[in-house]
Amino acid sequence: MSHQDRLETATAAGVGLLFGLGLLISGMTNPAKVLGFLDLAGPWDPSLALVMGSAIAVGSVGFAIARRRSASLLGLPMRLPTNRTVDRRLALGAAIFGAGWGLAGFCPGPALVALGTGAPQAVWFVLAMLAGMAIVDRLPP
Amino acid sequence: MRIDWIAFSPWSAAFGGALLGVAAVLFALLAGRIAGVSGIVGGLLRPARGDVAWRVAFAGGLVAAPLAYSLLAPPAAMRVDASIPMLLLAGALVGFGSRLGSGCTSGHGVCGISRLSPRSLAATAIFMATGFLATFLVRHVLS
Repeated sequence: MSHQDRLETATAAGVGLLFGLGLLISGMTNPAKVLGFLDLAGPWDPSLALVMGSAIAVGSVGFAIARRRSASLLGLPMRLPTNRTVDRRLALGAAIFGAGWGLAGFCPGPALVALGTGAPQAVWFVLAMLAGMAIVDRLPP
Repeated sequence: MRIDWIAFSPWSAAFGGALLGVAAVLFALLAGRIAGVSGIVGGLLRPARGDVAWRVAFAGGLVAAPLAYSLLAPPAAMRVDASIPMLLLAGALVGFGSRLGSGCTSGHGVCGISRLSPRSLAATAIFMATGFLATFLVRHVLS
């Protein structure tokens, strides 16, 4: 492993940890709280909107700076997406993802954090999630 | 619509959300990458040489977060109402949909909207809509 690879791996570990802490602090690792936002017909908990709003406020400034760079601060290539075309695959995928999210209140990040608490429900969810992901790998592009 | 003022937690939501933003920006600035969980984890299912360690490290950081959190605060609340068959169905849909749609709440919702990506704006609008719909079905039609 090269020096740069080691730096990238260490960065990923630190960012993953920070991201997980953000999810825990914001309450988004609790499916009941996520569903409290997604359930518009019940007593509505707006917290998730505030979590996203706050993340996007910070992100907008940071990504505006990141976008101007031709290499990362660690000297790695910038790999930010350039595709701007909304196609059927994107729309269908997002629709299916949202349906699964609304059924149990878990999405990939919080589910992995929940796995770290040892919750058996997270184990079932993550195993099924990996299976669902593997199916897409077998579809024609 | 009735606001659930007891459950609403504006301070922890704003602070936790800011941490998510900081994490995503750090990853872009330091590693040049998008902090999108479904893409990072999904890429491990077809491992490419030299493209594995950072993905495992990111996922490991997420899984280790509760341990780090427990050093600072009492365990975070977590309540799962879904049955095991429902969790399996939900997990399969989340995995399939996020890979087909190139992202989930982190990659599209946080990073993509911050970058004003038209794809992410569309994806987020769509998965929010079907999320509302699915929760309505589970809580008010099927139960």
